[in-house]
Amino acid sequence: MKLTRRSFIKTNAIAATAAAAGITIPGINNAIAKTSSSQIRWDKAPCRFCGTGCSVLVGTKDGRVIATQGDPDAPVNRGLNCIKGYFLSKIMYGKDRLTTPLLRMTDGVYDKEGEFTPISWDQAFDIMAVKWKEALKKKGPTSVGMFGSGQWTVWEGYAASKLFKAGFRSNNLDPNARHCMASAVGAFMRGFGADEPMGCYDDLEHADVFVLWGANMAEMHPILWSRLSDTRLTKEGCEVHVMSTFKHRCFDLADNGMVFTPQTDLAIANYIANYIIQTKSYNKEFVKDHVNFKKTPTDIGYGLRPEHPLEQKKTGTGGKLSGITFEEYKKSVSEYTLEYTSKLSGVPEKNLLALAKVYADPSKKVTSFWTMGFNQHTRGVWVNGLVYNIHLLMGKISEPGNSPFSLTGQPSACGTAREVGTFAHRLPADLVVKNPAHRTFAEKIWKLPEGTIPEKPGYHAVLQNRMLKDGKLNAYWVMCNNNVQAAANFNDETYPGYRNPENFIVVSDPYPTVTAIAGDLILPTAMWTEKEGAYGNAERRTQFWRQQVKAPGESQSDLWQMAEFSKRFTVEEVWPKELIDKKPELRGKTLYEVLFQNGNVDKYPKQQITDSEGNAYDNTEMDHFGFYMQKGLFEEYRLFGTQGPKKGHDLGEFDTYHKARGLRWPVINGKETLWRYREGFDPFVEKGSKVQFYGKKDGRANIIFAPFEPAAESPDKEYDLWLSTGRVLEHWHSGSMTRRVPELYRAFPDAVMFIHPNDAKKRGLRRGMLAKVASRRGEIELRVETRGRNRPPEGLIFVPWFDAGRLINKLTLDATDPLSKETDYKKCAVKVLKV
Amino acid sequence: MSLVSSQTNAKRRRFLTETARTICGVSLLGLGLGFYTKNASSLATTSLRPPGALTEDDFLAACVRCGLCVRDCPYDILKLADIVDRAATGTPYFEARKIPCEMCEDIPCVKACPTNALDKSLTDIDDARMGLAVLIDQESCLNFQGLRCDVCHRICPLINSAITLEPQHNIRTNKHALFIPVVHSDKCTGCGKCERACVLDEAAIKVLPVALAKGELGRHYRLGWKEKEKAGQSLVTPDAKHEYNLPDGLKYDHAGKGLGKD
Repeated sequence: MKLTRRSFIKTNAIAATAAAAGITIPGINNAIAKTSSSQIRWDKAPCRFCGTGCSVLVGTKDGRVIATQGDPDAPVNRGLNCIKGYFLSKIMYGKDRLTTPLLRMTDGVYDKEGEFTPISWDQAFDIMAVKWKEALKKKGPTSVGMFGSGQWTVWEGYAASKLFKAGFRSNNLDPNARHCMASAVGAFMRGFGADEPMGCYDDLEHADVFVLWGANMAEMHPILWSRLSDTRLTKEGCEVHVMSTFKHRCFDLADNGMVFTPQTDLAIANYIANYIIQTKSYNKEFVKDHVNFKKTPTDIGYGLRPEHPLEQKKTGTGGKLSGITFEEYKKSVSEYTLEYTSKLSGVPEKNLLALAKVYADPSKKVTSFWTMGFNQHTRGVWVNGLVYNIHLLMGKISEPGNSPFSLTGQPSACGTAREVGTFAHRLPADLVVKNPAHRTFAEKIWKLPEGTIPEKPGYHAVLQNRMLKDGKLNAYWVMCNNNVQAAANFNDETYPGYRNPENFIVVSDPYPTVTAIAGDLILPTAMWTEKEGAYGNAERRTQFWRQQVKAPGESQSDLWQMAEFSKRFTVEEVWPKELIDKKPELRGKTLYEVLFQNGNVDKYPKQQITDSEGNAYDNTEMDHFGFYMQKGLFEEYRLFGTQGPKKGHDLGEFDTYHKARGLRWPVINGKETLWRYREGFDPFVEKGSKVQFYGKKDGRANIIFAPFEPAAESPDKEYDLWLSTGRVLEHWHSGSMTRRVPELYRAFPDAVMFIHPNDAKKRGLRRGMLAKVASRRGEIELRVETRGRNRPPEGLIFVPWFDAGRLINKLTLDATDPLSKETDYKKCAVKVLKV
Repeated sequence: MSLVSSQTNAKRRRFLTETARTICGVSLLGLGLGFYTKNASSLATTSLRPPGALTEDDFLAACVRCGLCVRDCPYDILKLADIVDRAATGTPYFEARKIPCEMCEDIPCVKACPTNALDKSLTDIDDARMGLAVLIDQESCLNFQGLRCDVCHRICPLINSAITLEPQHNIRTNKHALFIPVVHSDKCTGCGKCERACVLDEAAIKVLPVALAKGELGRHYRLGWKEKEKAGQSLVTPDAKHEYNLPDGLKYDHAGKGLGKD
């Protein structure tokens, strides 16, 4: 069909009208497809925000993302988005986008107290290299470190892992996923010997009963919530049970809504196990064939600094499991009676009983969901495990609709932070630095001398801030996160560390975040579709996207920055002579040559990236480095899954992901895995064994008894309220992207304190008034909200953390789960005062 | 260089428009006060009166244009209409899309009113009826398309009472729910927060004067299920016990699900 200019304009006008009216006009569809494709190029990408992993189509014109649409062919969201996803096309175009490296300088030289001054990339890497080499020389590899992200692309996380664990021989690499998923990981490893959920989002359609334990899906996983709601609406007998420490939007749908006293979720989960055993409802065959019983050390402290009184008082330590019998387990949970648990938790007996009954009913398929309410918990690993206990007792696991499901907050907490091993103790594909065989395997894949990767786990997120303050971590790179706004105890731990004169802090970010301006050198960074990328969502789905546009100014991707920085070091400058002697051919080489020109990463030559329509795409890194770096990194990383010592981590080939709307791993011979560990669904399960938890040597999962223990800090006479923090639907994490979208800012401009009207009244406060909220660590002022979306019970307030102008992390306590090292952002004691 | 010239252009343009406006204004005055008075007594649909305002005619008769309510508004929401505004000059109003009412518990604007144009019998702000929110454009409302916006619902000070979300099956995706925002006129105060917060370029939900927004059911008809709810039971009772010829294992629920398993 040939179009004249006149008929083109006419067709377009008709199409525009038709689109606005939501109708299609027969006969002109082809013309629209042809003409509009010459104007706007559409290509797929996963959403930049949460762990749901909705797919969007990105519309690009004249080098700018001008529109997006929900991808109607994506199985997760089928064309839908939440209100953050609706504004994706605006997140890259905030007015204060950084476009050049900025260094604190006075009179043209670096000065920790100087003003941020534009410099070149060369100057930026010069000063970084000086600071890194100085630290390495003075104090060794433990004095350098990096804080990364569950929002990194898969290859960025992988490159960071190589650069730090192998290149600088420092395990001081940790992701912000430490604040979000570390407890979930801990429980997966303890229970099943392999990370990430056994189920997938299809559980949302297959379950009869949903139980939410500390997950506000209505706001935090909006599209999954609309799937859950649809099942509740359309499936006969479907029930929704919601537990939280305050009423939130999920309670609207709840058949059984329960507000419990903070920390008593530990007791509630044990009560359910007790009920299942007392009523003899447990699945005897499943328990006999697929489960071991264990217990964990108790009274293990709260992950505070060792001199803290609470740490001095503890009598137990660590998480070494010891075997117990079923009878011993039965006895341990027997003290969690209905009466005791109801009294402790404040949840009426009838509600607890109703909950226990649905778990214990063998005819009901139950899916449990949880997110930060469980993970950000000083007993996070325990409480995750207690829910696995329930599912394992009933055998309600690894099959459609029967699923204990740990949801993720970040778009690639699974795909990047966890799967490529950016944690201080991990290596790719569930390997760990402590295991010599795992280190050897990684060194083999990376073509490095044996002994390159250090054995000792590095500083985790919270410890990194403490070590910065103590002056033991001196050259530090923060990438793709906003930890000064996130990390607990801003005043006492974080800020002093960043401003410690002994330290040099580099922050890579697209925007001048709180973290960026607390640092010494800011590197302008390409974001989202300004680079080629891959994310892995909560259901093990790996999704790729092509670079759609060029980043503004001199911005470069995290990958470019790390690879380029690695050129500044020769192995002689970072490795001991004995290590180099083991592989003399590496002598004189730069870390770039060793890590990125190793025959794997640079295996795929420069090519023109095109889609199936023949549209051409940029790849800034390929142009710069001269080879297809993303593909090389991914294909090298893939070897950890296909050849590594831990089975069941297989990913598909690089090119297949650019063609598919994500694939759920393990991907075997091109086939995805929906439910793991179940024969028929999972090819790794041996024939005839029905269920096999092959992450463990004997194929059995662990039921681990853990008791109720109190929170690190509870309200007292002076600090008489619980403080819980979290998110709101309109804003993503610290708001560095969403608060730059005017419409989202308008929809929820500033953080408020959600408080019970009686608590407000007692303090002489009315809705809308400014009030002070203070903990032992700091104070901020906020407006009082007694009506809104969240309704706390008396004795608890909720404050969201997206607002850079009201840093709630000045108040939060840096108590962590001693096992997962994840901070409890849901519980500390505060007081609220009239200003 | 280009900046300077564009500024000069802007100045020139402003001069021209202002001159034009003045000329128009003068000629308007010349055209006669009658037209102006007529216009001024009609309130624009985007302009809302403060809480407790009497019906428009009574309000205009009672309001002495003293400005005390505007002075006492702690959030500077209320404005006094000037000659170009589409409200009677000197009377207080606000525009929801620009800045909505914060619904102060102590209602200082009403307290300040010396003439009862703002009715002092309004003591609970939840009883205010400044207008009525109407989800006026279902075609562009994101929630009607299945997206998860629902900003109007979450921002509503009377969430789940003035605005509720009614979940419905999304026939297109077949696995998501639509969350349809529904405004309840017996609860909506017309504060305008929803219109202000609507993320669309033009708000799909707008607060209108109640008289304009509200329909009315014919007096000859009742909605049966609402009457039953009001009465707490069926208006006509009892119903005879129904029995059916059924094969074994089946039951029939007369008022409920119909045929089902025993």
